[in-house]
Amino acid sequence: MAVTDQRGAQTEVTRRKFYIAMIYGLWSIIAAALSIPAAIYLLIPPKLRKMPEWVEAGDVSKLEPRVPVEMVFRQNRVDGWKIQSEKTTAWVVKLSDAQVVAYGPQCTHLGCAYHWDDNRNYFLCPCHTSIFGVDGAVVSGPAPRPLDRYETKVENGKLLLGPLHQSKEKA
Amino acid sequence: MSWLDHRTGIETAVRNFLYEEIPASSGWHQVFGSIAVFLFLVQAFTGALLAFNYAPTPGDAYNSLRYILTEVTGGHLIRGLHHWGASMLIVVVVLHMTQVFLYGGYKKPREATWMVGVVLLLLTMAYGLTGYLLPWDNRAYWGTVVATQIASHIPLAGPYMSRLLGGENAIGVVTFARFYGLHVLLLPPATGLLIATHIYLVRKHGVAPAPGDEVKSNKKFYPRQAFIDTVAIFAAFVVLFVMAAAVRVPLERLADPTDTTYIPRPDWYFLFLFQTLKFLEGPLAVAGSVILPGLAVLALLLVPFVDRGQVMRVTRRTVAFGVVVLALLGWTSLTVAAIVTTPKSDNTVAIDYGAPTDWIGLSPQELAGIGYFRKENCASCHSLEGKPGAPPEPGPDLANLPIKKSAAWMIEHFKRPAAMVPGSSMPAIQLSNAQLNALAAFLLKLTPRNAEALANAPDFAVQAGLLYQTKNCGSCHQVNGVGMKIGPPLNGLARRRTKTWVAQHFAHPQDLSPGSFMPPYQLSPREMDSLVAYLFALPD
Repeated sequence: MAVTDQRGAQTEVTRRKFYIAMIYGLWSIIAAALSIPAAIYLLIPPKLRKMPEWVEAGDVSKLEPRVPVEMVFRQNRVDGWKIQSEKTTAWVVKLSDAQVVAYGPQCTHLGCAYHWDDNRNYFLCPCHTSIFGVDGAVVSGPAPRPLDRYETKVENGKLLLGPLHQSKEKA
Repeated sequence: MSWLDHRTGIETAVRNFLYEEIPASSGWHQVFGSIAVFLFLVQAFTGALLAFNYAPTPGDAYNSLRYILTEVTGGHLIRGLHHWGASMLIVVVVLHMTQVFLYGGYKKPREATWMVGVVLLLLTMAYGLTGYLLPWDNRAYWGTVVATQIASHIPLAGPYMSRLLGGENAIGVVTFARFYGLHVLLLPPATGLLIATHIYLVRKHGVAPAPGDEVKSNKKFYPRQAFIDTVAIFAAFVVLFVMAAAVRVPLERLADPTDTTYIPRPDWYFLFLFQTLKFLEGPLAVAGSVILPGLAVLALLLVPFVDRGQVMRVTRRTVAFGVVVLALLGWTSLTVAAIVTTPKSDNTVAIDYGAPTDWIGLSPQELAGIGYFRKENCASCHSLEGKPGAPPEPGPDLANLPIKKSAAWMIEHFKRPAAMVPGSSMPAIQLSNAQLNALAAFLLKLTPRNAEALANAPDFAVQAGLLYQTKNCGSCHQVNGVGMKIGPPLNGLARRRTKTWVAQHFAHPQDLSPGSFMPPYQLSPREMDSLVAYLFALPD
């Protein structure tokens, strides 16, 4: 009598352990099957739609050497399910006859719009007084790196701009 | 007692919840309530995820859902879970009610628990009704037109109802905003509150005992019943997950209020109501759309007050079984009748806008090129992965060529492969010049970004491209800016003509356009379907 009782109690313990193990196990699978797709859905960047790679910014045949000009052009940008056509600017300088560069319009410090100071011949950011030379290098101020540059090519005197790249150099 | 419990009482609360005493007869038949709560939480979770990539205004709603389906990674799965979860929730809620009904679980003192449950059933259906509009495709639009019309027929309250739903004149931005607001702002907290009340009442009165339970000692909910509920929830989740992953939920074309050929259908669980409306005409229609459903709901609410007898063994509740069988028979026959009597839509080829539709922008010649690419089995040696690092195959990856060759070069290469690429083991392609031209045109269109979408272009469109090409339609007509303008351009055909008109016109052009010098074309029914569906899918 005592032996069967003990055995009964033991199977009861094993059964209880099995129930609890299954509860934890199955709920873990459900949690994983919901959270992993959710993480993928939110974190993996969506497939990109094809955008024209080169955008025409303007005429560079009449540029004076080392005098930056602000060029305004329209650019299409993929924004989620929309393609936005937006106004973008670039500061374009003819550094030499062979080299025309285009800087992104934002200061590399905190993204304020900078401008060209004609009298002093440098780019000045009004937010925290970062100063960049005509070649984009940091002259003074808190900016961590030279101005960002667009990829450029010139066809028939027209400047075509590609993607904007950050400079690897440190200030 | 632990530090945390001392401060929050959370452990005691969980323990009290799990060690609830339940009758000895409890078991597998009582799992449906737990599954319903679980599915509701899955709906809330997947709904929130969808909302993170969704713009709740007409037009944008459609585009953002397309974005979820075609561009967001895992978007199909999340939408599938939400879509099939909704259907499953309806099924499980009804099963839960049926079980409680059969066992007489609604009897004194559990009348309020039952009535809250009936309201929860109605809320579940309200989600279905409001959520149906949110994709803003043709199916959503026309289904909702019918629903709001029904609401407007309610005696006295009708005009106010349709004003409330924003559907007074036509379905538009206001209707959409109202439905979306109901679906995500009002219904979820209401449901949460009622579920909490429902569970509180179940706990207050205890799980309904069966006859014989009074002589046995109670059990604890944890772990045996918790295990049973978990297994049932897991089984339901597996079914849901497989459906979400495997069964595609199509997205139709953007809602078109001018489409006169669309046959609106509600979701499957509303079909029986829809069918009832067919039997009742004229002044009786109100009975079908409003009075009968209203009486049914009232009857459900009053069940505990009609059946006030002693609790009986479930096997002896023949009347209850009779009611359930009758309801099931009625529902099934109405639903089947609705499905059977649905007139065949003339959309025999359904285009899934939930998949990429890059093929719509191709010229028919380029589409035909896909056909030749498939016929010649080019893919057995060339991949179109467009991804660097794809497994190497005998021929180069055609979407990722470092230098694009000209069409002339390609055609020479197709005819005499080794002459253009010394050492190439590619066999010569036996196609006519026009066919090789089409193949080259398609290959010129390939980019790493569109390769996958174009390689998976639907068969009917490819067949249409091939037909268009072989019948030389392009020598008189223009599609997507390619072709001659002797006949009318074919973009925008869907705006100008019906599918039937176009099909008849193919067979006997002069009957419909006197003076036209288009030759008649004898097409097989399949060819006709493909070609007409393709022409109607073209952008305006």
